[in-house]
Amino acid sequence: MRIDIRKTYKLYIGGAFPRSESGRTYEVRDAKSKFIANPAQASRKDLRDAVTAARSAFGGWSSATAFNRSQILYRIAEMMEARSEEFVEEIALLEGISRVAAKKQVDQAIDAWVWYSGWCDKISTVAGSTNPISGPFYNFTVPESVGVVGVFPAQKSALLGLVQAIAPVIAGGNTAVVVASQKFPLCAVTLSEALATSDLPGGVVNILTGITSELAPWMGAHMDVDAIDATGLSKELDKEVRVSGADNLKRIHKFSSSDTPQRMLAFMEYKTVWHPIGI
Amino acid sequence: MLTKIGTFTRTMHGNPFSPLTFFRYNSYVQLVDGTDTSIRRFLKQLPGVDQVGAESRAAMLATRSIKTTSKKWAIDCAISMIDLTTLEGSDTDGKVRALCTKAVHPDPTDPSVPSVGAICVYNDKVATARKHLDTIGGKSIPVAAVSTAFPSGRASLEVKKQDTLDALNNGATEIDMVIDRGAFLSGDLVKVFTEIVYIKELCADRAHLKVILETGELVTLDNVRRASHLAMAAGADFIKTSTGKISPAATAPVVLVMLEAVRDWYAMTGIRIGVKPAGGIRTTKDAIKQLVLVRETAGEEWLTPKLFRIGASALLNDLLMQRMKLRNGNYAGPNYVTLD
Repeated sequence: MRIDIRKTYKLYIGGAFPRSESGRTYEVRDAKSKFIANPAQASRKDLRDAVTAARSAFGGWSSATAFNRSQILYRIAEMMEARSEEFVEEIALLEGISRVAAKKQVDQAIDAWVWYSGWCDKISTVAGSTNPISGPFYNFTVPESVGVVGVFPAQKSALLGLVQAIAPVIAGGNTAVVVASQKFPLCAVTLSEALATSDLPGGVVNILTGITSELAPWMGAHMDVDAIDATGLSKELDKEVRVSGADNLKRIHKFSSSDTPQRMLAFMEYKTVWHPIGI
Repeated sequence: MLTKIGTFTRTMHGNPFSPLTFFRYNSYVQLVDGTDTSIRRFLKQLPGVDQVGAESRAAMLATRSIKTTSKKWAIDCAISMIDLTTLEGSDTDGKVRALCTKAVHPDPTDPSVPSVGAICVYNDKVATARKHLDTIGGKSIPVAAVSTAFPSGRASLEVKKQDTLDALNNGATEIDMVIDRGAFLSGDLVKVFTEIVYIKELCADRAHLKVILETGELVTLDNVRRASHLAMAAGADFIKTSTGKISPAATAPVVLVMLEAVRDWYAMTGIRIGVKPAGGIRTTKDAIKQLVLVRETAGEEWLTPKLFRIGASALLNDLLMQRMKLRNGNYAGPNYVTLD
């Protein structure tokens, strides 16, 4: 008889897979309340380290060419495809749905990467503009990344909500600190393993698992986080994060629709350039 | 020139330290008279360093957890010990002035932050730094100049003396000289010794002398201990780990050995020599580890900017961010401290 080799569900920070600095883990149960795994329970210091990693990755990622980012996002789709069995298994177990329905969710998630991969080098053309002005200037506006984005994906979705939250953030050139769904964190860890093998520079996406209400206030108050996707936050937490986030004017958004360039543009800011002509 | 002032017998690391003759050479005490025989006899008596022991002791001290009020104290203590440094070929007067402003008021939004220990620049920027510090209320902050053909130390004695004189005439009150590592490694201890003696003579009462050992090039901890004692015997007021130009720089075991050296020197002579780790200390955690090393090795008396300095530039911003975190409860970001 062979003993099972079980996976240790760890955090993903700066391209590495550490356990929580606090040494804590918490229990994850399936739809029938049966124990499945003990993923790491991230502490505020893990969050701080993740923000530091995201900040140091930001320069390289935001200045990479849009075409290069597009290739890397497509590569993530390829890597997820290879692991789709594992995702199906985890989704079926956690959400308590059939394997067929789970497979559909995985396919949709992979397609979302391909979709946003296409948007990387088109968003500035579609959302940017050349502006008519009365003066000897060439005047144009382009959207640019805002910086480090804290991401709280939808709580009720094991994989699809997660991908739909991360993909638009990094497609726009931001780096992300993701706090995975508290109840369904396993797909997030498996996704991080796909990310680690897909040419995505370490630190561009950092994934924490743990108690959302413990981490959200620290994300909201962190002065080096520029924006937050608050989709997965409860009403109370959303309010708390909006109040503390006002300190450094964080852009805080909640989304109900998926796969729309608006989700990219929410984490981009417009830059207008006045270029003198005719002199 | 040499005046005999007494003979002492002390123990060192539990071993009897054979009687040595002390000489007073100008105003400082020497254990050796400058001849090759005397230097070798002196350094031979130093016990070897247990490298494994030093590393594990340093690693053990690094696990100390310093929190809340102690952390607040440690951060302010570390800020007041920083030799805020810029040693780039691209240094301009503007950059030096900006650094001086930061030295006096590290955090303009919080007047309770202490000033740093000193400003450390190349000798041609000393005058700029001194003048700017005086105009903005930083009269008490000394200006240190790196000297003697920093960082390599590859120049004639005349050039090294002139380098030091320039800095002194421009108003430097601390001189950071480098030793000739090539001479030390090839066994020409007299050359190393006499260079320090000459530079010390120039500094006299005008400036503090810090001697940079560049431990990254000395290879072994035994050499670090020997070089430390050699520098102190020649008249150093401070011993400094590194130039910051090569790696590894101020590693914990090296700092531990140097702190032991000043502790032993104090036991032998009653004179307290300072220690300055420099290079590679970038985070608050690193700085606090250094303070723990000082407290546990040399003793509390060394926890003052007069006897312990940290050569750094990026460290100050991290200390300020940690200080903001303690004050506001939120994690701070690099957007809220100045870029150097």
